[in-house]
Amino acid sequence: MATVTTPTARPTGAELEEALDDGITRVRVNGVDRELAIDPDTPLLWALRDELRLTGTKYGCGIAQCGACTVMMDGQTIRSCVTPISAADGGIVTTIEAIDSPEAKAVQEAWVAIDVPQCGYCQSGQVMSATALLTENRKPTDIDIDNAMAGNVCRCATYVRIRQAIHDAAKKLEA
Amino acid sequence: MIFSRTAFKSAVATIVALTLFGAASTYAQDAETLRPASEIEAIGDERERSLAAYEEVAKVVTHPRCMNCHPRDSSPRQGMDMAMHQPPVVRGVDDFGAPAMRCATCHGNENVSYVGSEGSIPGHDPWHVAPLSMGWIGLSKGAICEQLKDPERNGDRTMAEIHEHMAEDGLVGWAWNPGEGREPAPGTQDVFGQLTKLWIDNGAHCPTS
Amino acid sequence: MNISVKSGQPNRRQFLTAAGGLTLGLFLPLGNRAAAQSGAAAVLATDAAPVTPFEPNAFIRIALDDTVTVLIKHIEFGQGTYTGLTTLVAEELDADWLQMRATSAPADAKIYANTLFGMQGTGGSTAMANSYMQMRKAGAAARAMLVSAAAESWNVPAGEIAIANGVVSHEQSGKQSSFGALADAASKVATPIDVPLKEAKDFVFIGTDQPKLDSLAKTDGSAEFAIDIYRDNMLTVAVQHPPKFGATLVNFDDTKTLEVEGVAFVHQLPTGVAVYAANTYAAFKGRDALDVNWDFSKAETRSTIQMNEEWAAAAKKGGTVAEQSGDLDAAMAGAAKTLSADYTFPFLAHAPMEPIDGVIEIREAETGREAEVWMGSQLQTVDHATIAGTLEIPQDRVALNTTLTGGSFGRRAQPGSPMAAELAAIAAAPDKAGSYKMLWSRSDDIRGGYYRPLTAHHLEAGLDADGKIVAWRNDIANQSFLRGSAFEGMIKDGIDSTAIEGAVKMPYKWPAHRVSWAEMKTPVTGLWWRSVGHTHTAFATETFLDEALLAGGKDVVEGRLELIADSPRDAWVLKRLADMISWAGPQQVNGRARGIALHESFNTYVAMAAEVSDDSGQPKVHKIWCAVDCGVAVNPNVIRAQIEGGIGYGLGAALFNAITLGEGGEVQQSNFDDYRMLRINEMPEIEVSIIPSTEPPTGIGEPGTPPIAPAIANAWRALTGTNTRQLPFVTPSV
Repeated sequence: MATVTTPTARPTGAELEEALDDGITRVRVNGVDRELAIDPDTPLLWALRDELRLTGTKYGCGIAQCGACTVMMDGQTIRSCVTPISAADGGIVTTIEAIDSPEAKAVQEAWVAIDVPQCGYCQSGQVMSATALLTENRKPTDIDIDNAMAGNVCRCATYVRIRQAIHDAAKKLEA
Repeated sequence: MIFSRTAFKSAVATIVALTLFGAASTYAQDAETLRPASEIEAIGDERERSLAAYEEVAKVVTHPRCMNCHPRDSSPRQGMDMAMHQPPVVRGVDDFGAPAMRCATCHGNENVSYVGSEGSIPGHDPWHVAPLSMGWIGLSKGAICEQLKDPERNGDRTMAEIHEHMAEDGLVGWAWNPGEGREPAPGTQDVFGQLTKLWIDNGAHCPTS
Repeated sequence: MNISVKSGQPNRRQFLTAAGGLTLGLFLPLGNRAAAQSGAAAVLATDAAPVTPFEPNAFIRIALDDTVTVLIKHIEFGQGTYTGLTTLVAEELDADWLQMRATSAPADAKIYANTLFGMQGTGGSTAMANSYMQMRKAGAAARAMLVSAAAESWNVPAGEIAIANGVVSHEQSGKQSSFGALADAASKVATPIDVPLKEAKDFVFIGTDQPKLDSLAKTDGSAEFAIDIYRDNMLTVAVQHPPKFGATLVNFDDTKTLEVEGVAFVHQLPTGVAVYAANTYAAFKGRDALDVNWDFSKAETRSTIQMNEEWAAAAKKGGTVAEQSGDLDAAMAGAAKTLSADYTFPFLAHAPMEPIDGVIEIREAETGREAEVWMGSQLQTVDHATIAGTLEIPQDRVALNTTLTGGSFGRRAQPGSPMAAELAAIAAAPDKAGSYKMLWSRSDDIRGGYYRPLTAHHLEAGLDADGKIVAWRNDIANQSFLRGSAFEGMIKDGIDSTAIEGAVKMPYKWPAHRVSWAEMKTPVTGLWWRSVGHTHTAFATETFLDEALLAGGKDVVEGRLELIADSPRDAWVLKRLADMISWAGPQQVNGRARGIALHESFNTYVAMAAEVSDDSGQPKVHKIWCAVDCGVAVNPNVIRAQIEGGIGYGLGAALFNAITLGEGGEVQQSNFDDYRMLRINEMPEIEVSIIPSTEPPTGIGEPGTPPIAPAIANAWRALTGTNTRQLPFVTPSV
């Protein structure tokens, strides 16, 4: 079972090396240092949900085909369903609950403004990918959007609006 | 006694792997295996030696485990049928994917077995597509051979560096350790390295097709 | 857990803690202590009113902070019912949209029945249709009570009181009030009966785009689905189901499973072997370690290839006549020209994004065992009874909370409630207090059955010398998923209408026609899949009709219009579509061609055009135009969204999807890698035109799906000359 601690100083150097060997996975999640004393093969997705109760990140397929489990780790989108927590040890993870960059805000506002979500289940992942896209590319073309978003499945097929909302968010960021 | 589906699959995978690795030492004349370097060395003619070695090298190079990430367009392939990668991905400016859809968005530092489904996702550090100039898909064995010798199209490598890439590169080596549910490339990286050396040392001759 | 979602800035917690004030006709099931303990039910419990004679009005709560919460009797799974039904109340209440909230109503068939079903449930695209008058009446009654309360406290005639934008005012005295300030007084006013409703010309909200209530919560990760429910000491449960349909358990060895860290125990269930674990990872890992023996003697062992042949032969032979006119045999014999075609359609999984799941908590109260359930219940009344029955406790001791749900497309509306039954069986097996989360993996879902039935069609048409269609024959073979279920009564005169709907009651008039149905049997479980029978009938009839019209030398739009002279709403959408695309034939230019389809389903009329090109032998769809008549367009924004989504859902299936059984009967697909989902790069541009109407609102969740595949196939024929006889367009890589 997980032991969740309050924020602590992050280990560095030799201390870090030692820390990595003690069977406890240390991850900074949404700015809070967490210690996970669970099987290191546990997917980050299930650690976030079952142990940390960060339920915005969703399970859709478990095989990195749908993107519902997308989170940011060390500045890059990852599929948390195929990322064992051992691979996240020492990492910095941000989930849908804590994104607050100008890009994230622009994306979320654009999403609400044109009512992108239908069932909503995939949308955390969509928002994470769209935010990452705009963080790297402030003026994405339709092809850039396809390339960034094709890993996020929406069974309600809200794709027309996802595309529109990303363009809208880009315009807002430009202004 | 009925195996669970997963257990059965992994048992099959084990048998397949044993067959493949075992065959390298018994040099069955099977396309799925590699003839050992010693057998090639016994060939009298240098050119024939080189061509025979390359024939074995090509078995690896043209195997989907290697070809899938050497596309001549922007998208890697996957599976033994070399289908388009799903989800669709592109090489991007650095061969490591597009913004928000990097190779490492899904592929970690090592193979990871799925949880709740069969199979695994391949991984290695780094994981990326070969540069466009090094694309092979659709080329003949001979054309790939010429390409391997051309610094313009082999990543600006000398032949010694080509050997090193084949024999020691970790990502190349992944082809023999591709994870649950995936057929490895024939032989071993060790034998592959020896065969590459034989090909090079005997003149790096290329077949015409 | 009910979800309260917001339209404006005041957050949900403020609303929850400010609960109080007026409750109209709210009925809290007596003795339902379980419900009273859950978070959302606590909201319901406040100011619980006695049972009122006017029960259908148990839909509105007005709090002291002016928020108006509408209790939604339908499941919200993306179709927009939270927003749609709230719009109806806001309209008659003259509320401000920003004060409107929505929450899920508890499971209670006495109050929250679908008026078209006679039980609580969502399906057949009826949520708006059955609620339209009911919710408006509820809103109008609440408005009348607020007016009465204001008249009394201000001592002015009720007739002089106005309400607009959530403000109650009396012009002569200058008095005004918000709803919240009048809530207590209004709660003491007798519930009025037969309050007049607004005329359409006075609508403020109906017919205009209102922002959806749940968009924000579904964008910031806070929306709570069944999978997000965590109870103290809850165990997650993964069930190993049989590898073939109809197989039964012989025995199992759980030795290795019990060695997995986190696994608590293992139980046999009617549906398989359940592994109970402290977390999801342990549950799945423990399940993988099970060693199970199955008996396949009653299992489906035919492959899809075999079944296709048998189904097609049955269709060709013909079945029970479902509908006919004229003398078909004579008409066909006298035809100058005849053509025929055979179609097969595969099993399809719904694959909603949220997998099959649910949470159940068993509590031992002094008065006996009780249960609380959180799930995406689409047929609450059936699920509720199934859970109580499985647990062997009275239904009033089971509280069923309908959560927000990550899609369904029909998957969660099951005649026999197998999903609820498995959840209850999970809780029943340990026979003690505890809470459990049932979680199917994606593979469990893809291989789990309840598919759109495999279907074969045989069609024949006869044309006279002028190219006019004088004979139409359509024979259909597939299974009935209603057979043997609680819904078997829907099978009339030997015909399961859900198996053939769309092929009968067509708008086209011909001198002679016959439609028949051959019922096929298989242990593979079937289910309604977004638009049900229309999924295949629209394709077979609309592509074959195109062929017949072309064979008769007719334009496919003009030819259809000639056949639907007596169906003005069909004609209206088709004409509108033709205008939208300036129809001048398939317009095969620049490697693209256009095709059309017309299909009514769930009393909604849809005409669709597709523009496609040839992408390495497969259709690439560039643009879709759609004209739709669904009666009064309550929220055009939601209607457009449902059409967009319905197109995308139908398009993905038409292009890629087939569940196939291999030799021996095992499902060959398991996840989104081999059961491919439509992605953003495959989504066409979409243009929707909504026909203005004063007819009562009809369905919109499903009708966008049926016409997409035939529109593409008709365009594909124009482009390539190839008739599409089998779906999907792209052969699955098995």
